[in-house]
Amino acid sequence: MNWSSVSEFLSMGGYGFYVWGSYAMTLVCVVGEIILISKRRRTLEKQYGHNRKFDQKRDINETTS
Amino acid sequence: MLVWIIKRDLLLAVRRRSDVLITLFFFVIVVSLFPLSVGPEMNLLRTMAPGVVWVAALLASMLSLNRMFSNDYQDGTLEQMMISPQSLSLLVLGKTFAHWLVSGLPLVLMAPVLGIQYDLPSDALSVLVISLLIGTPVLSLIGAIGAALTLGLRGGGVLVSLLVLPLYIPILIFGSGAVEANMAGIDFAAHLSLIGAFLLVSLVFAPWVTAWSLRVSLE
Amino acid sequence: MSINWYKYSSPSSFYSLAGKMIPVFAVLAAILLVSGLYVGFFVAPTDFQQGEAYRIIFIHVPAAWMSMFLYVVMAIWAGIGLAFNTRLSSMMATAIAPTGAMFTFLALWTGSLWGKPMWGTWWVWDARLTSELILLFLYIGFMSLQAAIDDPRRADKAGAIIALVGVVNIPIIYFSVQWWNTLHQGASVSVNQAPAMASTMLTGMLIMVFAAWMYAIAVILKRVRVIILEREGHTAWVAELQKEGIA
Repeated sequence: MNWSSVSEFLSMGGYGFYVWGSYAMTLVCVVGEIILISKRRRTLEKQYGHNRKFDQKRDINETTS
Repeated sequence: MLVWIIKRDLLLAVRRRSDVLITLFFFVIVVSLFPLSVGPEMNLLRTMAPGVVWVAALLASMLSLNRMFSNDYQDGTLEQMMISPQSLSLLVLGKTFAHWLVSGLPLVLMAPVLGIQYDLPSDALSVLVISLLIGTPVLSLIGAIGAALTLGLRGGGVLVSLLVLPLYIPILIFGSGAVEANMAGIDFAAHLSLIGAFLLVSLVFAPWVTAWSLRVSLE
Repeated sequence: MSINWYKYSSPSSFYSLAGKMIPVFAVLAAILLVSGLYVGFFVAPTDFQQGEAYRIIFIHVPAAWMSMFLYVVMAIWAGIGLAFNTRLSSMMATAIAPTGAMFTFLALWTGSLWGKPMWGTWWVWDARLTSELILLFLYIGFMSLQAAIDDPRRADKAGAIIALVGVVNIPIIYFSVQWWNTLHQGASVSVNQAPAMASTMLTGMLIMVFAAWMYAIAVILKRVRVIILEREGHTAWVAELQKEGIA
């Protein structure tokens, strides 16, 4: 075990800013990418959902006319 | 047939002489901007000269790239050319050569004048001219691929530069490297032979890839 | 029994297959990531030369390798899509590009963060960093070309051509930058030999490389499923997919 205390771990031998800066950016990019894809998926579902409602309305017209 | 297409394109270019001059003046203006920004100190300018001239040549040849196909595309002659029995890559080679004559060659002829502006020694000037002479055709050849891919796209002009600039980097490195090597007294033959190799390889492959991209763009 | 691989070349069956595979790769990536970080931070000793700053290597090297590897994989998928006219392979290439660009950006970011303590400047015109930067331009070129073309078929083919031209140029760019760098050796400091790697450092890094690989596969499959939905919206199988709610 290299680290005796959490603060020592965070300071990372004085290079904490650089090490955690790069790991933080990695986290940001990874999480950001996953969020972007699911957002893209949600807009798609919203769009399809809309179609589905649209389909139902048309069925009603056909039955009544 | 190759000569016919080159003659035709040159005729078109001569009719719109302003296009030729625009590329040339753009090249001259860009090169003359640097002393104004960096300061008139001669030693600095001399070391910067190859890089500045080459980057300006790169930008100038890219400026007129999408004009290579867009006019024929708009009035439909490009489709006629594509369905003609002649091989499309030969046609493309002709058009690229005409584009080089219009936008590459003037830069090569103008380079010595700008070299003097940067107080380049005379043998460095000759190396600059030779490297530009071999290098600018490669710029047109690779640029033709970008122009064919972005045919008819909105904002195509900017897109071409984004696609094609990374591919120009080796030529830029060896082009300006040749002149720097000459100024530093090192042997520059290796640089020029590498640019020559780029030229031969792109002469063989670029028209074929451009023809393929034209078919993709016009399907 | 022989698996009929062609069954999975049709978007609809690949869609469900990818759906099943994503959790597997995601879990694998998580496990490898945790163990890699554990080895990297708690097992690997401090480097005598660089102190603790070298621990950035556990992100920098996987990102750099993945960025180059993904560009080649993208070019292969693009080539297959162009040659066999299979829509799915072109969709795969389109799905790979953003993840590849992200890894390139990460490699540059962590590279400069690592360079600051080691070489004193945020950016050093080191041959590898420079070619990584040019690789980022190639990715951006590919993505912006595909974004600029509305018709998906033409976008796929045009993207495929620029990807193939790019992949042919990568070695040329790499060696010309390498040559340019050694030519101006005085101008920049470049670390040619990798720092002496203790075995635990190496294992930590390799685990992280596999973690990044699993992550990339999971994210790319996730994105390709969305692309399939976007492009196959008009088809029958997507219609009945909507009926029982998007799977």
